[in-house]
Amino acid sequence: MRYMILQNYGPTESNCPPMSQWSPADIKAHIEFQQALNAELLDRGELVDAQGLAGPEQARYVVSDGSSAPVITDGPFPESKELLAGYRIVDVDSDERAVEIAARISAAPGLDGAPIRQPIEVRAVMSAPDPEV
Amino acid sequence: MTHQQPATDLLRDLAPRALGAVVRRYGHFADAEDAVQEAMLAAATTWTADGTPDSPLAWLIRVASRKMADQFRSDEARRRREELAASWSLVPPEPVPAHDDTLTLMLMCCHPALSPGAAIPLTLRAVGGLTTREIAAAFLVPEATMAQRISRAKAKLKGFDEPFTMPPPGGGGERLRSVLHVLYLIFNEGYAASDGPNLARTDLSGEAVRLARGVHTALPDDAEVTGLLALMLLTDARRPARTGPGGELVPLEAQDRARWDRRLITEGLTLLTGALRRGEPGEYQLLAAIAALHDQAASYSGTDWPRILALYNRLEALTGNPMVALNRAVAMAMAQGPDAGLALLDGLAGQLGDHHRLHSVRAHLLEQAGDTGGAIAEFEAAAARTTNLRERDYLVTKAARARLAVGPP
Repeated sequence: MRYMILQNYGPTESNCPPMSQWSPADIKAHIEFQQALNAELLDRGELVDAQGLAGPEQARYVVSDGSSAPVITDGPFPESKELLAGYRIVDVDSDERAVEIAARISAAPGLDGAPIRQPIEVRAVMSAPDPEV
Repeated sequence: MTHQQPATDLLRDLAPRALGAVVRRYGHFADAEDAVQEAMLAAATTWTADGTPDSPLAWLIRVASRKMADQFRSDEARRRREELAASWSLVPPEPVPAHDDTLTLMLMCCHPALSPGAAIPLTLRAVGGLTTREIAAAFLVPEATMAQRISRAKAKLKGFDEPFTMPPPGGGGERLRSVLHVLYLIFNEGYAASDGPNLARTDLSGEAVRLARGVHTALPDDAEVTGLLALMLLTDARRPARTGPGGELVPLEAQDRARWDRRLITEGLTLLTGALRRGEPGEYQLLAAIAALHDQAASYSGTDWPRILALYNRLEALTGNPMVALNRAVAMAMAQGPDAGLALLDGLAGQLGDHHRLHSVRAHLLEQAGDTGGAIAEFEAAAARTTNLRERDYLVTKAARARLAVGPP
């Protein structure tokens, strides 16, 4: 079963300040946590993909009617907290395991090493249909 | 690349025999499996360039043995220096081993303690002779991830430290059931994924059929083994009609039956008839019998639904699987009318809860019963809950068509 595990820029349960306000040691610990988690998921044969996305400042909205020039809106956006920050795609044996991974990500260390408690979105990836019996 | 296919087929057929020979000689299944995989990769290059050797099996065993010995030598050298390393004397193995260890290997790879996610790739590599890259591509995961999955499965097997022999007669029943389950899952994975001319993806259904043929050859008198092979062939026969030109799902009732593969149907029917003569049929034989009735019917409505219903009754009594009960409701509706089918569904809500299949079946039966409004709501509920992309496309289209039929609100 394949899941996309998403995190966005929204508020966290711990009211953790932005990373730029952490100590360098906190930032280092956070990055090492993410890398170690990816290594663990690879080692367990579960990792399909993991990507962090460039910040909302780099984001653009594109709208087109298919014929005239597209309308491109540059940031910053007032709703940037809803934008995606990064994702992992995992291929796991059970729904429970996907939730377990999401819980680990949510508890990533933040300011002073305290768990960030960020809300993590768990979505099943669409697959091909089962054969009819 | 069709011209390379014979060498690939040969290699895949030889893989389990080479592995069996190396494991018999040296033990250490996990290392032997790596060595054979390396030998297979070497063969793919060397044989393509220089031609297939006179005795390809002996070639594979020799190269795998050498890789294994090299591995041991370096390990030993590190650990105990030269005296022990020198004690490794390699007698050249007999050119062609007498044993065919395919079934023993399969029983090992499908150990009940392994999850299907671990047993499937291990079986495909160790017994099916596929490369890690091919398996990774078939399951759409990175090669490194798949390699880890396989090596973890082997590490887990190492913990059991089982002797490399066939289980005693009668003692292999439970293990054999795991093998059949794994093969059935591989088949379904391939069948579900066959949604377009994606040549890069290994044909998993074809691999499952090939492996099931291997088990059938080893155990020709086992009715459930025969039943599973028959089920695969009778299902695979419908594959050409199962998707439309745009890759969209074509349900059984709308399939062009002229496109079904008659050769597979004939073979499946012959196998099934032989299996059913052996007495009380098991799960795979019952599923194959249902598939056979569909394959022999001239049309969906002209199908022998009363007999299909009777088979689903037996299957449900045997397995207690609520998904089987869902299919039974479909057969009931066809045999005795939609209201009879809907009545069965009411009893299933407790077990299946909010499952998309329950909504989907209810939608179809409500549509049959003429309750278009109810059908639309259920099609939409099913579409919102399915995790199958093509199924969602199909369900959304069904809802839209039904809405068109009732006109604007």
